[in-house]
Amino acid sequence: MRGMGLALRQVRFENRAFWRNPAAAFFTFVFPLMFMVIFNVLIGRGNPEASRFFTPAIIVFAVITATYTNLAMSVTMARDEGILKRMRGTPLPAWAYLAGRIGHAIAIGVLLVIIVAAFGALFYGVEVPWRQLPQLLLTLVLGAATFCILGLALTSFVPNADAAPAVVNATVLPLLFISNVFIRLDAAPAWIEAVSRFFPVRHFADAMLDVYAGSGLAWSDLGVMAAWALAGAVVALRFFSWEPRQ
Amino acid sequence: MTDAEPAIRVRGLRKAYGEIQAVRQLDLDVARGEVFALLGPNGAGKTTTVEILEGYRARDAGEVSVLGMDPAQHAGHLKERIGIVLQSTGLSGYLTVAEAVQMYAGYYPRPRDVDEVIALVGLTDARWRRINQLSGGQRRRVDLALALAGDPELLFLDEPTTGFDPSARRQAWEVVRDLAGLGKTILLTTHYMDEAQALANRVAIIADGQILAQGSPESLGGRDAGASIVRFALPDGLALPDRWDVRRDGPIYEIRSETPTRLLHELTEWALGEGVELSGLRVARPSLEDVYLKLTDAAEAA
Repeated sequence: MRGMGLALRQVRFENRAFWRNPAAAFFTFVFPLMFMVIFNVLIGRGNPEASRFFTPAIIVFAVITATYTNLAMSVTMARDEGILKRMRGTPLPAWAYLAGRIGHAIAIGVLLVIIVAAFGALFYGVEVPWRQLPQLLLTLVLGAATFCILGLALTSFVPNADAAPAVVNATVLPLLFISNVFIRLDAAPAWIEAVSRFFPVRHFADAMLDVYAGSGLAWSDLGVMAAWALAGAVVALRFFSWEPRQ
Repeated sequence: MTDAEPAIRVRGLRKAYGEIQAVRQLDLDVARGEVFALLGPNGAGKTTTVEILEGYRARDAGEVSVLGMDPAQHAGHLKERIGIVLQSTGLSGYLTVAEAVQMYAGYYPRPRDVDEVIALVGLTDARWRRINQLSGGQRRRVDLALALAGDPELLFLDEPTTGFDPSARRQAWEVVRDLAGLGKTILLTTHYMDEAQALANRVAIIADGQILAQGSPESLGGRDAGASIVRFALPDGLALPDRWDVRRDGPIYEIRSETPTRLLHELTEWALGEGVELSGLRVARPSLEDVYLKLTDAAEAA
């Protein structure tokens, strides 16, 4: 199909442009590892139980950074620079362009997952759950897709590129703290627990923790993620803008 | 479609943004192979009109046909045959010129050769440089190159030289002339009189969402038929006799006349009598600028 070919081709050009900015590429990959080391040192204090928590948790963080944060910021910037509008003036189907961006974000996410999982196995002795590989892949694919869609949906509410970092961070950082990613939620106040369970980050983290613990798929967590993906898709289809907002 | 069919045909086009009527009752015909300039002040409705033709905006009323298609219904097919240079440039900086053109060429069913496109816009020497290393003028050429990647029949240029220095403008004009030489139909918007004069076969002056006049740059607004203008400077403290209809701008005087020979005779006779020199004396047709200002002033006053 011509559209699929165009989307793949778009991924290749996005990828080429990405590696041309080595500073950005370097920190994209080092950023999650920095968190992993800091959490293991300061919070885990060498406890292997903590490492077993932080490896899947940082995988979740890495996927969200590569998809949600990255897409919401870069697409808003492209919109404000007129790149999206120019694309709309060519015969390239809109979905093929966005698929190219999503494909590239997911490729970076996959690389990050491999790096974090390998880092956890090598330095903290946290085994990669090979026996749960299908469950692991399904959780990763659904998580990456959900947060790509939510990142695109968020651009509808970001007024301009200058506001993008503030809006994106404000929507995701607090959730990372209350969703079993940066801090393990043990006996959290009920209202934190309730907020946490409403949003998709918690369910992505719990699903990934389950896979790493070898306890199989948590269908309810995956179901909540899929519901958020669907809601995000509806918002994106309705409100996504190809032109700068005045 | 046949060659006799116009590239663009617009009848009774209307478009409002809320309370503001951006385009009111606009008619336009652009023939194939023609370079047509939409000339008008900022906010006249140029960009709105062009963006409706390009398929970016929906219209409120009127008929629009671009290459025989209605952009509101066949935007997909239409985009395969047109090239668009927007007012603001949108380029990702990390690809080289050649890569960017190659990327865009892949979107079209019948692209033009990448090296040929780059040569057309005069960027052959810069083709392996990254776009973020180029000067503003060079980037604008990349904009043009990307619009040409699909070998369009019809090219839209929205204020292609705004912000250029004079030499970059001349170079851009050369490129546009080359494209016209290839038989492309070009619709350009500009607020520069000299640009319209230098490039266009036909010009339409647009203000307040309407076309005020259209024709060749030489004949627009009766330039070739109407009155001539006699211009000269006088030293301070001297007054001209009342018998002429004089417009004055500082020391510069202007007299319009249907009979310039007679006017000059009377004027020089008077000057010799007074013993003054009419410095900078010249007789001219109204410039495109004169016509433009007259028309747009009248539109503003109305």
